[in-house]
Amino acid sequence: MSRVGVITFPGTLDDTDAARAVRYAGAEPVALWHGDADLRGVDAVVVPGGFSYGDYLRAGAIARFAPVMGEVVTAARAGMPVLGICNGFQILCEAGLLPGALVRNAGLHFVCRDQRLRVERTSTAWTGDYAAGAEIVIPVKNMDGRFAAASSTVDELEGEGRVVFRYVDGNPNGSLGDIAGICSADGRIVGLMPHPEHAIDALTGPGVDGLAMFTSVLGKVLT
Amino acid sequence: MARVVVDVMPKPEILDPQGQAVANALPRLGFSGVSEVRQGKHFELEVDDSVDDETLAKIAIGFLSNPVIEDFVVRRIP
Repeated sequence: MSRVGVITFPGTLDDTDAARAVRYAGAEPVALWHGDADLRGVDAVVVPGGFSYGDYLRAGAIARFAPVMGEVVTAARAGMPVLGICNGFQILCEAGLLPGALVRNAGLHFVCRDQRLRVERTSTAWTGDYAAGAEIVIPVKNMDGRFAAASSTVDELEGEGRVVFRYVDGNPNGSLGDIAGICSADGRIVGLMPHPEHAIDALTGPGVDGLAMFTSVLGKVLT
Repeated sequence: MARVVVDVMPKPEILDPQGQAVANALPRLGFSGVSEVRQGKHFELEVDDSVDDETLAKIAIGFLSNPVIEDFVVRRIP
């Protein structure tokens, strides 16, 4: 059985749901601790949402220096699949694994709602189980979700097809190009602001559209 | 010991809704003539004399600011 690590920082909120999503997908979730420079031999890593270290200074700015992140950066550069959700996306950007940054929502409000997204790229480690162009509904909940980057960086992402998810039916935060999620050049590192781990069971979410993100990495990537 | 100030500002091309909210509030409060406000961060560091400019620059660019979205200025206060 594939083992997928889920990191907990002080202030992480969604590690339990992320581990549950990994379990629903059919893999074994492995708890990883921010203070340990040890990935415990996992096959992939999920960096979950929350407010790591209180997000003092900037969202994700302190978490990127955590001992476990040094290991994640090394492993990710060697091709290990990594999924960053919300605060996890912010941390991956701060760590330089993904380009750009996430800044304060344009409307200055914390936005919490079920959000429609279009899956723009299925050739990544985390989206292979979606149909190209599929529209999915998963929750978005953040204060700093607006993707920002130099226009040359955005052009590069668009030109290389590295926008993985795009907001449809309304951009919740003023994100450039309606960008909700992006990936690394090799498609193995994906970051997005909305929360697929909250949409894996109709009992506790708007549906099950998020589950395919966690099954994608198992079927085609970790075999 | 010396005091070092690091000012961090959003890059000009980055939308600053906080600064805009402040700017929009000013006319309502009766202050006219302010056309734009940009909101940033101001850090005051008490540092040993052994900390050189190169180290301060590393602190500013590697931690206190994110060069993707922010510019910074480091000043030693005499």
